[in-house]
Amino acid sequence: MEKRVTFSSWTIGILFAVPQLLLIFTFFYWPAGQAVYWSLTLQQPWGGGNIWVGLDNFRSILANADYWNSITASLVFAGISTGLAMFIALVLAALTDRQLAGSRLYRVVLIWPYGIAAPALALAFRFILAPEAGFLSVVNRMWPGIWDPGLDGADAMASIIVAFSWKYVGYNFIFFLAAFQAIPRSLIEAAAMDGSGVIRRFWDIQFPLITPTIFFLLVINITESFQDSFGIVDIMTSGGPANATNLMVYKIYSDGFKGLDYSGAAAQSIILMLLIILLTIFQFRFIERRVHYG
Amino acid sequence: MVERTPFLNFFTHLILFIGFVFCIAPFLIVAIAASHNLKDVNDVPMSLLPGSDFWVNIKTAWVTADLGPKLLNSFIVAGGVAAGKVIISALTAFSIVYFRFPGRMFMFWLIFITLMLPLEVRIVPTYAVVANVLSPYQAILDLTGLSWLIEKVSGVQVSLNLGLLNSYPGLILPLVATATGTFLYRQFFLTLPDELTEAARMDGAGPLRFFIDVLLPLSRNNMAALGTIMFLWAWNQYLWPLLITTDQSHAMAVTELKQLIPNVGGTPEWHIAMAGTLIIMLPPLLVVVLMQRWIVRGLIATEK
Repeated sequence: MEKRVTFSSWTIGILFAVPQLLLIFTFFYWPAGQAVYWSLTLQQPWGGGNIWVGLDNFRSILANADYWNSITASLVFAGISTGLAMFIALVLAALTDRQLAGSRLYRVVLIWPYGIAAPALALAFRFILAPEAGFLSVVNRMWPGIWDPGLDGADAMASIIVAFSWKYVGYNFIFFLAAFQAIPRSLIEAAAMDGSGVIRRFWDIQFPLITPTIFFLLVINITESFQDSFGIVDIMTSGGPANATNLMVYKIYSDGFKGLDYSGAAAQSIILMLLIILLTIFQFRFIERRVHYG
Repeated sequence: MVERTPFLNFFTHLILFIGFVFCIAPFLIVAIAASHNLKDVNDVPMSLLPGSDFWVNIKTAWVTADLGPKLLNSFIVAGGVAAGKVIISALTAFSIVYFRFPGRMFMFWLIFITLMLPLEVRIVPTYAVVANVLSPYQAILDLTGLSWLIEKVSGVQVSLNLGLLNSYPGLILPLVATATGTFLYRQFFLTLPDELTEAARMDGAGPLRFFIDVLLPLSRNNMAALGTIMFLWAWNQYLWPLLITTDQSHAMAVTELKQLIPNVGGTPEWHIAMAGTLIIMLPPLLVVVLMQRWIVRGLIATEK
């Protein structure tokens, strides 16, 4: 889409973009380029020059079983939590969009999780899901040891998925609600007059009209599950037990800043960037086709 | 709606009610746990009736984690990020939509690629840049031979150095450097009719005038939505402030949560931890409650 009427003084036009350009050069492009450079060299932690090693960093990372484990964990986490958060939010938004008594109250409250910091949520859920205190302690009293995210990798993974999905249900709910509300009432009323039922109307009218939002949220949720998960992992599991929840972004942090392996962390960042870009392209290529732009 | 669907209505209410309970339960549990004493909070099962120690725990958490200054820092950083995004994004979107200049599309893509790669994945080199924010420019001078030239001519050795670790600009600027807001404004500007620009030009208004007197007032909804969303996003940042604030004077509230986790094997002071969590949760929750209508409205406007 383009404007027909524009301003001719193009020096002024460029001047308006200068602050943004300076910022993204300094804090985006330069560091991104630096990451590529570091990933190809062996970087001494506290200065002292670096040695060109080509793809050696990538070779040693990809030969490491821990790294593959972290990729698998990230994909499992991304798949399950995105699926849960989108499905639940879609159901809730579709239902609150029906004009029933009380739907306003539901709408107000269901948005709340959006405002909560992932780490704050993580601490709350760490308490709620703690094996010895909180609520699952009751279960543990009945069947000792059945639930222990501190020792059992699957339990730990389940904990971080619950915390992440819970926040993103709130986030997705806002977008779904906005999408449903943007559908003209008259369209649905006309269909109702023609005698189509609620479920029919949902599939034939509302669902096709919100597919752009579904697609948008899918891309955002998957991308965020690779990044926004950091705080949750750090507070709830610190990557444990036995690396079961050592997601890619957490591993970059712990290898880079705790292990002082800058080159290894840079190479991991590059792989994570490529993975996110690939996933995004894949979604645009195969899923966007089914999206219906009004 | 015209028809009667008692069965479906019942199910709608049932599912919404379950969703409501799941949504609100963590808040309630945090608040209730924050009101218990050490013994009650560790009871199996924990009592769901509020205890009597709420204010004592709040005070302890406040003092232990030194939350006063940290909340202030969070407000400064979140406010700074929101203001920065609202202003800079508007300027950029104006430039992209309302001008034709060589390289405009290249610039467009240059800016929008930043949406794909958030701070977390380039965290290590970004940290290095913030440690000396002029290092990219020093490197350019070195690579182009300019610093050698300057040294030859003037005898001054160029070494640009400006560290932003443990500073507000260091916390704020890297968070402002993405295109989220620009995209929102662009979508909105594109929906405005060309007649608007024509009329303004007919009245003799230049680009600056048009921007200030026409575009900005029309963008109020977008600004409110963007400002709110960015405030929440910045308030909730964790990894970035965790890294670049090594001294406590610039630490933000959310990063303090880690101090509140009871140590394994230590006294399980969950009541204090939950009191702190409640304090840190509250400001963004208030913002959401107050700005709810604006957030949804701002999003609907961009869908058109």
